[in-house]
Amino acid sequence: MMTEIRISGYGGQGIIRCGYIIGKATSLYDNKYATLTQSFGPEARGSACSAQVLVSEDKILYPYVTLPHILVAMSQEAYTKFSPNLDLNGILIIDDDLVTLQEARGNIKTYAIPSTRLAEEMGAKIVANIVMLGFFTAITGVITPEAAKKAVSDSVPQRLVDLNLRAFEKGFKFGQEVKEVSKVEKV
Amino acid sequence: MKADPKRVLTGAHYLDGDHAAAEGALAAGCTFVAGYPITPSTEVVERMAERFPRVGGVFIQMEDELGSMAAVVGAAWGGSKAMTVTSGPGFSLMMENIGLACMMEAPCVVVNVQRGGPSTGLPTLPGQADMMQAKWGSHGDYELIALSPNSPQECFWATIKAFNLSERFRVPVLVMMDECVGHMTEKVVIPEADQIELYPRRYTKLSPEEYLPFKTGKDLVPEMIKAGDGYKIHVTGLTHDERGYPVMTWEAQEKLVRRLIEKIRLFKDELVDVEEEQTDNADVVVVSYGISSRVSIPAIQKARKEGIKVGYLRLIIAWPFPEKKIYELAQKIKGFVVVEMNYGQMVLEVERATKGKTKTILVPHGGGWVHEPEDIYKAIKEAAK
Amino acid sequence: MSEVQLKKKKEELEEEHPMEHLLRMERMPHIWCPTCGIGTAVTAFLMALEKSQIPLKDTAIVSGIGCTGRVAGYVKLDSFHSTHGRAIPFATGLKLANPKLKVVVFSGDGDIIGIGGNHFLHAARRNMDLTVVCVNNFIYAMTGGQCAATTPITANTSTSPYGNFEQPFNLPYLAASCGAVYVARWTALDVRRLAKSLTEALQKKGFSFVEIICPCSTLYARRNRLGTGLDLMKFYHDNSVIKHGADLSELDIGFQSKIVVGKFIDRERPTFIEGVNQGLRGVLKEKFVEYGGPIDDD
Repeated sequence: MMTEIRISGYGGQGIIRCGYIIGKATSLYDNKYATLTQSFGPEARGSACSAQVLVSEDKILYPYVTLPHILVAMSQEAYTKFSPNLDLNGILIIDDDLVTLQEARGNIKTYAIPSTRLAEEMGAKIVANIVMLGFFTAITGVITPEAAKKAVSDSVPQRLVDLNLRAFEKGFKFGQEVKEVSKVEKV
Repeated sequence: MKADPKRVLTGAHYLDGDHAAAEGALAAGCTFVAGYPITPSTEVVERMAERFPRVGGVFIQMEDELGSMAAVVGAAWGGSKAMTVTSGPGFSLMMENIGLACMMEAPCVVVNVQRGGPSTGLPTLPGQADMMQAKWGSHGDYELIALSPNSPQECFWATIKAFNLSERFRVPVLVMMDECVGHMTEKVVIPEADQIELYPRRYTKLSPEEYLPFKTGKDLVPEMIKAGDGYKIHVTGLTHDERGYPVMTWEAQEKLVRRLIEKIRLFKDELVDVEEEQTDNADVVVVSYGISSRVSIPAIQKARKEGIKVGYLRLIIAWPFPEKKIYELAQKIKGFVVVEMNYGQMVLEVERATKGKTKTILVPHGGGWVHEPEDIYKAIKEAAK
Repeated sequence: MSEVQLKKKKEELEEEHPMEHLLRMERMPHIWCPTCGIGTAVTAFLMALEKSQIPLKDTAIVSGIGCTGRVAGYVKLDSFHSTHGRAIPFATGLKLANPKLKVVVFSGDGDIIGIGGNHFLHAARRNMDLTVVCVNNFIYAMTGGQCAATTPITANTSTSPYGNFEQPFNLPYLAASCGAVYVARWTALDVRRLAKSLTEALQKKGFSFVEIICPCSTLYARRNRLGTGLDLMKFYHDNSVIKHGADLSELDIGFQSKIVVGKFIDRERPTFIEGVNQGLRGVLKEKFVEYGGPIDDD
């Protein structure tokens, strides 16, 4: 089974890094295959950017996302640009402080987290992407939290490992709670 | 000889093609990199700048690509395994001194992470339109070797292979990546150093009195020395004799240039490196390389599902071109489909190699993004007719 | 001629040239015109090479393209005749690959300053450990006398048939402003002073630069009706002024103007290799692995 994932936002949010950690967790610690591709403009900051990750049990030949099953949007521009291309049975994950939802489509399930605000509460806005990663992990189950944490630890500078792991936990916990609520709602 | 364990980052990593190529260079024993920043190849030199001081080696950021390539040729004669890294516009600037490397028979490696062109073109987006330039870009007649990896893992091995071939044949070897492969991140497994075989420099055992720097044996590749060994040799970009001295005659030209050409052409069969799948009973063979080879897969799978016998042939070494292989297939199949991110470059070689025995259909793309698999599928259907 | 005279003549002819052991005699005669100054420049260089006592085995010479570009081909050292303008980056690679080498760049003004100017600036800025000898004959001679970045204003060349009206470079000023640690200029007439300067330059660590003003009788002198190479030497005798430590901004050379010669800069600055190694060791501490040169594969 192939899972197609797109992480999107603007340059400077750590979007590519987030995709990188998902890919790394998958291919080094979950023993599956993951291919990460990225697109960005010439500007280092502020322009729309996205990371595409394919996750699969089998070797990945064609390396690109065609119809993502999971879209993470961390900016309005990214949401507007990429959400029309999300699988109608897919999962949409947003930072709800940064993205205002438009009309829902198909059976898309939407999950929201104020990842940037939560990161700011930790005193480090820069880890918003890792809060989001924790949330993503809890919601989608595409990667195991153990693999994710290992990948976080060896993808950030030593002195920032603790901060990033706390950010991950924060997002992960938030995700578990959201999931509980949505289960209850279904019942 | 085996790789030096201190330079080999043994283990499983999650790397893009650029970083993997850098690790390949280190494993291959590269000790000198001169380069000038240019998207999308810069990550290679960035990694070398970070890694060299921890394992031994010199990275210098030169003032331009003319200087980078010249420095690489100088470093090769100084005894280093040397490399430069660039993309389109920089590759153009390197052409003159790639010719110098051919003429001086300086073993060296040039990585070109291809982007869309011509001119400044598409700095952050892919292209595969420097393939003919790789072969013919410098003036005069010469032969060299060019590889084209299609994954980060292969970027690692291709760079090692490039160094080995450059030492074996004493030519510049080009690693023709593309932006997609350079910026694609996948698992890269780097083995133990003793699993990596290196081709050592062909240093002479002759004394300075006996040694002639451009005299060769059967394989037409001369033995080398490095500056400072006490041989007091002369090396020039001019047409020269076995002593390395300039000789401005057609006879000297014939002797030298023919040898420079033949030292590769004689070993063309040894230099065939392709990945083949289901070509044995194929009606159609898709020929591709780099990222385009991976983009071809869904089209091939779709056509196979419909009962078309499609083979897959990927050029890992693009130059010298595996013409014998293509000719053999041409006699058995209904047609070739060539998928490349340009308006027709390697397809010309495929057409030439078929000698009219079968048809050849090009699926072109101007660069900036990859082919639609659907376009490739249509070409396969057409070729199968 | 009597037998005695003949014998004497024969002995004279067989007498070894004092520089023979430093030249590739099998390549003689050289390609330079009669009364060209490049031969004198090479002689002064070889005198300096001996005087400096740098082991010849560890000395390499790199040239680019042009009349002076042929120097590498005649000097019996590890010698490299590279591409037009790229002698300095080629030498940079050679030096960095094998830091024990003393690397000399010997080439002309068109090569080093014209087409290769950018490399000159950056090598001086980095204080790359090279001795750069630039023979300046004010013209592109190999290709038949075209205008150069050093051609004095009003001088006639084949591409400035009505005279050159572009400001030429002041090479010592340029070298010094970019960071060269040793800068001198002499004419081809000042053989001993030139040889002394070249000795100092060779012994200097870092980017040392010596400009040699040289007669080109076939093209520069002929096109400008200045007589022969000998006449130019006479001109240098009468018009060159020794002024050590002169104000560098006043070293411009006009058409048949006074030529200020001398040693202008002699200072200390860490070389590229020293600076980088020291910097990296400071940051990386015991993790730093210094590159010491090539290790033979066998």
